[in-house]
Amino acid sequence: MSMNSEGRVTRPETLAAADAPATFTGNRALMLEEALIFERDDYARTGVDIAEAPATSSRLGGLERHRAIGLPGLTEPEAVRHYTRLSRQNYAIDLGLFPLGSCTMKHNPRLNEKMARLPGFADIHPLAPVDTVQGALAVIDELAQWLVTLTGMHAVAMSPKAGAHGELCGLLAIRAAHDAAGSDRSMILVPESAHGTNPATAAFCGYKVENIPATADGRVDLDALTARLGPDVAGVMITNPNTCGLFERDMKRISDAVHAAGGYVYCDGANFNAIVGRVRPGDLGIDAMHINLHKTFSTPHGGGGPGSGPVVLSAALAPYAPLPFVAKQPDGSFRLIEEETADQDHPGSFGRMSAFHGQMGMFTRALTYILSHGADGLRQVAGDAVLNANYVLRSLDGLLDAPFGPSGPCMHEALFSDDGLAPGFTTLDIAKGLIDEGFHPMTMYFPLVVHGAMLIEPTETEGKAALDQFVGALRSVAERAKAGDEALKAAPAFAPRRRLDETAAARKPVLVWKDETLPQAAE
Amino acid sequence: MTTYYTEDHEWIAVEGGTATVGITDYAQAQLGDIVFVELPAPGTNVAKGGEAAVVESVKAASDVFAPVTGTVSEANGALEEDPALVNSAPEGDGWFFKLALADPAELDGLMDAAAYKAFCDSL
Repeated sequence: MSMNSEGRVTRPETLAAADAPATFTGNRALMLEEALIFERDDYARTGVDIAEAPATSSRLGGLERHRAIGLPGLTEPEAVRHYTRLSRQNYAIDLGLFPLGSCTMKHNPRLNEKMARLPGFADIHPLAPVDTVQGALAVIDELAQWLVTLTGMHAVAMSPKAGAHGELCGLLAIRAAHDAAGSDRSMILVPESAHGTNPATAAFCGYKVENIPATADGRVDLDALTARLGPDVAGVMITNPNTCGLFERDMKRISDAVHAAGGYVYCDGANFNAIVGRVRPGDLGIDAMHINLHKTFSTPHGGGGPGSGPVVLSAALAPYAPLPFVAKQPDGSFRLIEEETADQDHPGSFGRMSAFHGQMGMFTRALTYILSHGADGLRQVAGDAVLNANYVLRSLDGLLDAPFGPSGPCMHEALFSDDGLAPGFTTLDIAKGLIDEGFHPMTMYFPLVVHGAMLIEPTETEGKAALDQFVGALRSVAERAKAGDEALKAAPAFAPRRRLDETAAARKPVLVWKDETLPQAAE
Repeated sequence: MTTYYTEDHEWIAVEGGTATVGITDYAQAQLGDIVFVELPAPGTNVAKGGEAAVVESVKAASDVFAPVTGTVSEANGALEEDPALVNSAPEGDGWFFKLALADPAELDGLMDAAAYKAFCDSL
C-alpha cells in the first residue's frame, strides 16, 4: 500500500478497492486515467506532415543536433484526447466557485472574449505600422484614461505584464526618482499585512527589506512604521486592502509620514476590486500602484491568462515611467513614444520592461468589462465583492475562528485561523475535505500573521445560492475537523489521487520525467 | 554549557567563546515538516538580530536570525541531506551553525529555559 510520511494512503485503489472492483483500464466511469504524454510508447510516429527542410548551409558552428530528441509520437486525435482528458481533471472558474483568497478568481464574461476576437484586435502585430493600428492604440489610450480616472492618479504605464512585474515597475520608478535626486536610499519597508511578492520585488531591485509588524487588529502598526522612517528609507510597499482582508484606515497618515521622510509609497493594488469606484488611491497619497486586470477587471486568470499589471503613477513618479506608451496627438490620432524620440518626449524614463506595448488581448477584455459595467456598475462590483465576503465571514461565526472578525466588516476576503480544531487536525485537512465537496481549496497558511490561515475570496460573481452551498460545505468540513473525524485525515477520498505526500515532494522533487530506455536529447 | 533563547525561537548553546545555534522545538512544531535549510558559509559575519539562515517547511519559508553577533565557524552539513533532523532533534542533531562570539555580553539580553517556556506559554 502506498503511504505518505503521515501514514495516509496516497492511491485511490488502496482505500476504494474495498467497495468498488478494479477496472481493466484504471478508468472509473467518466473519470479517465491518463498516462503522461511521455509514457506513450510510439516515438517514431508523427501526426503532422512537415515539408523537407531546404538544404541550407548551417550557421550553427557544429552545434547541430543529430540524435532524436525523444518527442512522443501522437496522431491528432490522440493529442486532442490527451489534453481534453487532462482538462477534465482540472478545476476551473467555469466549473464552480473558486475561493482562492488574494487571487480574485471571478467569472470572465464571454462578451470580453467576443471583443478580443474581433479581427481588428486579434490579427494585428506589434510591429505593424502605427497608422494601421490606430483602433488598437485608441483602446490602450481609453483604458489608460479609465485607470487614471478610477485611481485618481497622474499617469499609467500599461506595459507591465502582471502583478509582480507591476511591482517591479513601481520600484524601478521609485529608484529612478531617488537617483535623479542624487539619493542612494537602500531600504524598503514592507508591513506583515502585505502580499508575499512585495519583499521579493524589493529584494530583486537590490533593496534591503525590513518588516513592519501588524497590529492586533490586522493592520499596519503606524507607530512602528513612523519610528522606522529615516534617510535610508526609499519607500514603503503596502497592500491596501491588505491581505488580512482589511482596509488600511491609516493610509493617508502613512503616506504623509513617508513623504515627510523623503520616501515614496508603493501600493499593491491586487485587491483594488474591493474599492474600485469608491476609493481613489491617489487621494490617499499613493505614488505607484499596479492594477491586476486579471483580477479587478475580469480578464482570464490561473491557466487562462496571461496576466496584465498596468501601474498608475503619481505626478512625482510619472516622469520616470517606462517606454513605450501611447500618446494622443492634437489631431486625435495616436502615436507610440519609444526610444527613438524619448530624448525629447520622455527623457526621464527608466527604460523598457517588455518588448512591446503590454497585453493587448487583456486590454481589449478589460475595457469591454469597464464599458459594459459603466462607472456605476464598477462601484457595485466593489460593493458586491465586499458583501459576499462578509456573508461568508459571518456565516462561519461560532464555528471557525476569525481573528480579525471582531475588527468589523472585512473587505473582499474573509480570513480564518485553525484555532479550535480538534488536536491533530489542521487547515490542510479542511482544504482536502473541500476537494471532496467539489471545491478548489481556499488559500492556506497565508498570510503568515495568522496561525493556520484560511483566506477565502468568494468574489462578486457568485450569487446567494452558490455562496450558501459553499458555506454549507465549509461548515460541514469544519465541523468534522472540530469533532476529530478521522476519515477527514484521509481526504480527499473521491479525487483521482488521494492525499499526496507534500513533504517528500518538496524534499525530493522530481521535476523532469525521464526514462533511460527512450532516446534522449543530445546534450 | 549554558543555553539561551530568543523571542524569534532560536536557541544558542554557549561553551567558552563558541556557541551552537538552532531553532527551538516550539519553532519546528509551528513550521511543520522542514523541507530545506539554507545555512551561512563558514567565515560569514552575522550581526545580532540579522538574517543568518533560511528554513523552509511545507507551509512557509522563514528567516533564522543570529541571536548574537559573531563569525560562523561551522554549518551543519547534515541538514542539506536530511532537513528532517530539524523536526526530529531541533535542539540536538538538528543544529544550524556554530558561531565564534564577538561580544559575550550580548547574551545577557536573552532568555533562559524557564523564561522561554513562559514566553511560549504566553503566545
